[in-house]
Amino acid sequence: MFSALPAIEVRDVVKSFGDARALDGVSVRIKENEFFTLLGPSGCGKTTLLRLIAGFDYPTSGEICLHGKDIAGMPPFARPVNTVFQNYALFPHMTVAQNIGFGLEMQGKPRSEIAARVDQMLALVRMETLRSRRTSQLSGGQQQRVALARALAPQPRVLLLDEPLSALDYKLRKEMQGELKRLQTETGITFIFVTHDQEEALTMSDRIAVMSGGRILQVGNPRDIYDNPQERFVADFIGEVNFLAGQVIGIDGRTARVRLAAGGEVVAGLPEGATPVGRATVIVRPEHAELRGPTEQADLRGRLEQVVYFGTDTHLHVRLADQSEFVLRQQNSPRGTADLQPGAEVAIAFKPGAARVLKD
Amino acid sequence: MSQAQEIAEEMARRSVRTRWWLSAPALAVVFLFAIAPLAVIVLYSFMAKGDYGDVKYWQFSLDGWFSVFFERGLFDDSIGIAQAHVSILWRSVKLALITTVVTLLIGFPTAYFIAIRPPSQRDFWLFLITIPFWTNLLIRTFAIQEVFRNEGVLNTVLMWSGLIREPLKIMFTDLGIFLGMAYVYLPLMVLPIYASLEKFDFRFAEAASDLYANNRNVLWRIIIPMTRPAIIAGCILVFIPALGAYVTPRLLGGGKNLMLGNLIELQFGQGRNWPLGAALSLTLTGVVMLALLVYVRAASKEGRSHG
Ligand SMILES: Nc1ncnc2c1ncn2[C@@H]1O[C@H](COP(=O)(O)OP(=O)(O)O)[C@@H](O)[C@H]1O
Ligand SMILES: [Mg+2]
Repeated sequence: MFSALPAIEVRDVVKSFGDARALDGVSVRIKENEFFTLLGPSGCGKTTLLRLIAGFDYPTSGEICLHGKDIAGMPPFARPVNTVFQNYALFPHMTVAQNIGFGLEMQGKPRSEIAARVDQMLALVRMETLRSRRTSQLSGGQQQRVALARALAPQPRVLLLDEPLSALDYKLRKEMQGELKRLQTETGITFIFVTHDQEEALTMSDRIAVMSGGRILQVGNPRDIYDNPQERFVADFIGEVNFLAGQVIGIDGRTARVRLAAGGEVVAGLPEGATPVGRATVIVRPEHAELRGPTEQADLRGRLEQVVYFGTDTHLHVRLADQSEFVLRQQNSPRGTADLQPGAEVAIAFKPGAARVLKD
Repeated sequence: MSQAQEIAEEMARRSVRTRWWLSAPALAVVFLFAIAPLAVIVLYSFMAKGDYGDVKYWQFSLDGWFSVFFERGLFDDSIGIAQAHVSILWRSVKLALITTVVTLLIGFPTAYFIAIRPPSQRDFWLFLITIPFWTNLLIRTFAIQEVFRNEGVLNTVLMWSGLIREPLKIMFTDLGIFLGMAYVYLPLMVLPIYASLEKFDFRFAEAASDLYANNRNVLWRIIIPMTRPAIIAGCILVFIPALGAYVTPRLLGGGKNLMLGNLIELQFGQGRNWPLGAALSLTLTGVVMLALLVYVRAASKEGRSHG
């Protein structure tokens, strides 16, 4: 069923609740068979966007198309879209099997087909033995699986998942992440996955949309989002990052030469479609910088203030000339970094392509 | 067993033995207001009737209970089923059932309507629903008469608007009784259902509509099953008093068709047959307990289904 049309297209959608704008002009295209993640802090409008796509609410303005067809005014029960709710919303007066079969029953499928499909779904989420249980007798992880099976059973074109893993403990969450990814690959259904957990987004997604304050700030694949954040919020929200204030003194194609307030000059990559002049912010990820001896060639110099051991790596906090702090991360080896002492004069070198200019 | 242990256990035993005195006031109330009156009625139902009302004390007789179900022929000693009582009982049960159904049909949508108002407006609607409770039942029923009678408000308006030529005959008909009863008992149906719907998490309804349930299926498969205990409670709250109602049927029905409540009242008044009245009251209690049994079974089934 491949088609060039996006599974979901959201165009200039605004959603207001009274004076407050939960969504403030959102546009995004989600491709078929894609694992697409909406990532952002609590209250940024993720749930609101999902609710508009599911049809529980209507946009104040803008439009939403499903496979090219405008679905404004189409009630939720007419949309080939299913939802895994944040609180699961399993029906307490039905068994596990009845919950899973509910969608098919409402579609008017024959009994034998429903039974077969429920069995198939129970096997898919590995819940065969609990089919006659009441949902209130299930653990969080089991409820999550039932919610997933219930939403997948009617074979929707698009599956919406609203922070489905946030209620689970760490170990179970890791396990379910893998399982979700497997299900998405096996079923080929377009997943729109909501999370506020950046690590979850990076490990699971084909593409990520980073949201803040009712807007989508940047869309891209995990690598792109991590390596080339275009705005301060995106850079800060995903992973850790050092911000360096500076002045653009020259532009050469896709790179700019920036004089840093902390001393020295760097060549930094430019964000798409931006040609900054004057003041600019350069970012460098902690693991994209290396410590050098004070006499070696380097991009930055400063005084080592703190050494924090993290097991797999060590964080080095360096105070720069402009009094700003720069953190770099070194992977630990068996020999360790025992020779590093706070107070030492150090130099920092950036790995090639590590420095990037932000849009704002 | 050590001595300390023995002492501890003896103290525990003693405290259990003495503790029940603490509930003596509650037990006294239950005895005084629930068990004692019932016992009096049971006793009266087994005594011979006095010539001018009251009973002949300590003169055992089954006549009261006998005449609940049977009657003697006028001219001979033949015994037949008390047709009048059976039909009155049946009519009362029918009236109570219809009242329950009518209040449910009106009450559920009303409760639903209030529950989906913005929270700030709900109290206002609840206030409107409970207004009938503020007035004495008798006055309320006279007010309904004023609306329903041939020259009453309803007929005047309908005839003035040209919708009807002849006044609708509602007063002194079964329809009048049903409407009046439904009006009187509606709040008892609305309040428990509202309390349940107000707490209902409408995300379940969204989840169902997400799974292709249209509005009708959301109502019948999700909302009604999940509020069933409240619906049953409302039905019981309406059915029980409706079964024994006598003011409303009497005033709106014109006393043509006796209800169980009227029949009982009659025995203690003109009928001067207190044992029969007592036996009839107990029969009514029996019917109510039967209804409660149905409720308890339905509720416990609900409890089980929720795990
Ligand atoms: N029904 C509503 N009425 C009023 N405000 C709402 C409603 N739903 C969401 N909001 C507001 O919209 C914003 C976005 O909410 P939401 O989409 O739930 O965020 P997220 O899911 O990203 O945490 C929040 O500020 C929230 O308070
Ligand atoms: Mg949310």
